Amino acid sequence: MIPEIGQFALILALSLAICQTVFPLVGAHRNDVAMMGVGRTAATGQFVFVGIAFACLTYAFVTDDFSVLYVANHSQLALPTLYKVSAVWGAHEGSLLLWIFLITAWTLAVSRFSSGLPDAFAARVIGVLGFLSVGFLLFALLTSNPFDRLVPAAVDGGDLNPLLQDPGLAIHPPLLYIGYVGFSVAFAFAIAAMISGDLDQRWAKWTRPWTTAAWMFLTLGIALGSWWAYYELGWGGWWFWDAVENASFMPWLIGTALIHSLAVTEKRGLFKSWTLLLAITAFSLSLLGTFLVRSGIIVSVHAFATDPTRGFFILTFLAIVVIGALLLYAWRAPALDSDAGFGLLSRETFLLLNNVLLVVATALVLIGTLAPLVIEMATGGKISIGPPWFNVAFLVPTIPLIILLGLGMHTAWRTQEKTTWVRTVRIPAIAALVLGVVIPLFIYGRVSILLVVGCAAAAWIVVMSLIHPIRALRREKGAAGITRSVLGMSVAHLGMGFFVIGVTIVSAFGVESDRALRPGETIEVAGYEFEMRELRNVEGPNFSAIEAEIEIRKGGDFVATLRPQKRQYLVQKNWMTEAGIRAGLDKDLFVALGDQLGNGGWSVRIQYKPMIRFIWLGAMIMALGGLIAMTDRRYRSKVRKTAAVDSAAAEATA
Amino acid sequence: MQRFFVLLVATFLMSSAAAIDTDKRFDDPELQARYEQLISEVRCLQCQNQSIKDSNVSLAADLRREIARMIEEGKTDDEIAEFLVVRYGEFALYRPRTTGKTLVLWLAPFLLVLFGIYALARVVKHRTSLPIDDDSEIKG
Amino acid sequence: MNRYLWPLIAVVALLVFLVMGLRHGDPRALPSPFIGKPAPQFELPTLKNPEVSIGTEHMTGNYALVNVWATWCVMCRAEHGFLLDLAESGAIPIYGINWRDSRPDAIRWLQELGDPYLASAYDEDGRVGIDWGVYGAPETFLVDPDGTVIYKHLGPLDPAIWQREFVSRMNGGGAD
Repeated sequence: MIPEIGQFALILALSLAICQTVFPLVGAHRNDVAMMGVGRTAATGQFVFVGIAFACLTYAFVTDDFSVLYVANHSQLALPTLYKVSAVWGAHEGSLLLWIFLITAWTLAVSRFSSGLPDAFAARVIGVLGFLSVGFLLFALLTSNPFDRLVPAAVDGGDLNPLLQDPGLAIHPPLLYIGYVGFSVAFAFAIAAMISGDLDQRWAKWTRPWTTAAWMFLTLGIALGSWWAYYELGWGGWWFWDAVENASFMPWLIGTALIHSLAVTEKRGLFKSWTLLLAITAFSLSLLGTFLVRSGIIVSVHAFATDPTRGFFILTFLAIVVIGALLLYAWRAPALDSDAGFGLLSRETFLLLNNVLLVVATALVLIGTLAPLVIEMATGGKISIGPPWFNVAFLVPTIPLIILLGLGMHTAWRTQEKTTWVRTVRIPAIAALVLGVVIPLFIYGRVSILLVVGCAAAAWIVVMSLIHPIRALRREKGAAGITRSVLGMSVAHLGMGFFVIGVTIVSAFGVESDRALRPGETIEVAGYEFEMRELRNVEGPNFSAIEAEIEIRKGGDFVATLRPQKRQYLVQKNWMTEAGIRAGLDKDLFVALGDQLGNGGWSVRIQYKPMIRFIWLGAMIMALGGLIAMTDRRYRSKVRKTAAVDSAAAEATA
Repeated sequence: MQRFFVLLVATFLMSSAAAIDTDKRFDDPELQARYEQLISEVRCLQCQNQSIKDSNVSLAADLRREIARMIEEGKTDDEIAEFLVVRYGEFALYRPRTTGKTLVLWLAPFLLVLFGIYALARVVKHRTSLPIDDDSEIKG
Repeated sequence: MNRYLWPLIAVVALLVFLVMGLRHGDPRALPSPFIGKPAPQFELPTLKNPEVSIGTEHMTGNYALVNVWATWCVMCRAEHGFLLDLAESGAIPIYGINWRDSRPDAIRWLQELGDPYLASAYDEDGRVGIDWGVYGAPETFLVDPDGTVIYKHLGPLDPAIWQREFVSRMNGGGAD
């Protein structure tokens, strides 16, 4: 019964989505306020009904309703309740429902927080978002219905993939999807502007907070995924350039470019058509990512169990959306050029460089992901492109980007006077170079080109990012303080610096060791002693495991006890390794069980990972910077009068 | 040529790699480093996108053993790569070997950056010729 | 031409490519690099009688199937019935490579389930498997009378696949 309610709710949501698409778009064209108002109501209704559907699916999981095929495939009686809930989005159909739910949530947010926008514009935005909802709801109802029944019902389920039975999973996809889906708002803002033909600095101001919000969630989602892979997959890596990882990283790179491009458009009214193109591209890459992951076209640990039929559907939808957007773009963009100029040494130039390098980085990731398929179709030969290529290729645009980051922050708009600039930049640059040598040498006792470049770059970003906040702290009473925009920028860039230091140090000084250990034996890795004290059997709710108790000491002093496990899940029978990790800001000590050896011992992978937490800490600080920036005062002013003026203006131009 | 670029950037990346012990341990640290480097770049063909360094399946273990044997026999990295390619195709290597097609792949980063700089130079040249004073300023 | 059309053109090209990619088939399927090349040379002790050895030279003169199997391989059991039928019909000699298995287990397996193989080579450490580019059992190679590998099939055999992929290649164009 409940699943049927869920399915019915989805169908209702679809009809509301159609209303939400048609009425506002037609209403904006005709300037019919009543029609435009339908958009907001339909958006609320859609949110409610998709919410109901989502609740019904969750209910089916939590009550072990194995007459629902999706539940039977991905849950189990013995599965802990937390994972029954997270199993809702653990596979294709459910994660699609999550995606749809998040579109309706973002749409609702836009309709609630858009009082400062002209009616026609807001209506168009909601209409476009409605169109996207229609597409995804159709996709779900026609090809991927989570409420399909299993007759006769299964007695017990097929269990959630053990890899996914983890608290990190509970949060990673929702966070990631909030970001992924959130770029649809910037996309809708772009389409709305192109339909009306109006794109100005106010448009950029409206678009920025929404884009930053989506970017922020995507940053957190990707960071969480990386952290989860690190501790769950048992091999201690944090990024593998796997196709699905790349699918989430490309929208992030373009999203970052978009945020910076919007800054120029808002400030100077420049690069309007370029910003439009970036807004279209960011969401298109989100859609492309969905396609890559669910179509079976690429090989990946993450790929959902797939189906070319679904692939065709998504591709068709992607084609309609992107081609439509780009046709609008080709139509409207030529009229958007402005006549403003700027000097060679200016913020505008640096932001252009930022965009160029980020777009190059995105293109490289795309090439690396798709090239094997291209080559296979062209020549029949299969090749692999993996971390060896990606790591090298990605550094080429990224190292200059990091250096320019520090400079651009302190360069004035329009034109920057050279001597003041050099004075600001000179000392931090020297300090960074010095620190670049000193840090690795004195803390870790070694230097190399990589280390100096990495540490210097990190020091450089950190110092340059702190200049604005420190100046604000030291200002005289009454003088202007720091705006949230500037503070957010500083914090986000600071986060970047932390990220770079984490990556540099752990790449250079991380130690991995695969050794054989028997109970009672001790081995030494990276200056720590690891003793296997005992091996024992442990039973979990839906698995049985062998657990090793490992005691870690340094120079004889106790450091920690870790309990890595090798689990066998009862239903799916795969063996999973649960690493034991001693976490710390300065380093992680990581132990994972490998294989049982003949002599009563086990092969054990021990890792020493200095500063690895800075990678995710850096990402979180970046996200925090985004949060600070998007709550800047100028986005929050509700000016009713302006809205009235804008409506009048819209009437004139419609 | 590709070797040069790779070595250039690889020097940046690798020169300070600390000793990484793995199951086949060579006494000679240089051989050990070679071994680890090689196994991190070979695909585990039974897996969904993992290297044989990170995978515990039987084929991964077998391939590690063979690679260690070949290093001991004095084979070069290229010969070891060839061994794998003859049996499993280019698919087995995560680092694409340089042939006509893949050379483009290795040059791509530099070509794209150069193209980007060129495009940017054109835009900047145009914009620096335009007046910079206008009332487009929005405070904040 | 309106230069703002370039993104659209690029996207259309990408979409066409992706459609082609969708129809391309399983991205994990790895074609054997030995197709059209001589079968990799090997000589191993047979499973049942370690004194006797078997190798590639024993397999020339006729079309032959080389089937890689193991007792731990579930799909091998699935295709075993068909292999027995095929062996009985005399359509083609079948040689086995027992891959990374335990000798006593393998012998017992053949005793219980039947032995379709003229002989099975015992590849204890998997080295010959690697030489043949094996990455998952069962794999079946079709070798022509000159010793050239014509086809490789990954996964269990059944009558349909036998007809479609193997018989067609034996009748159609062999190496002669």
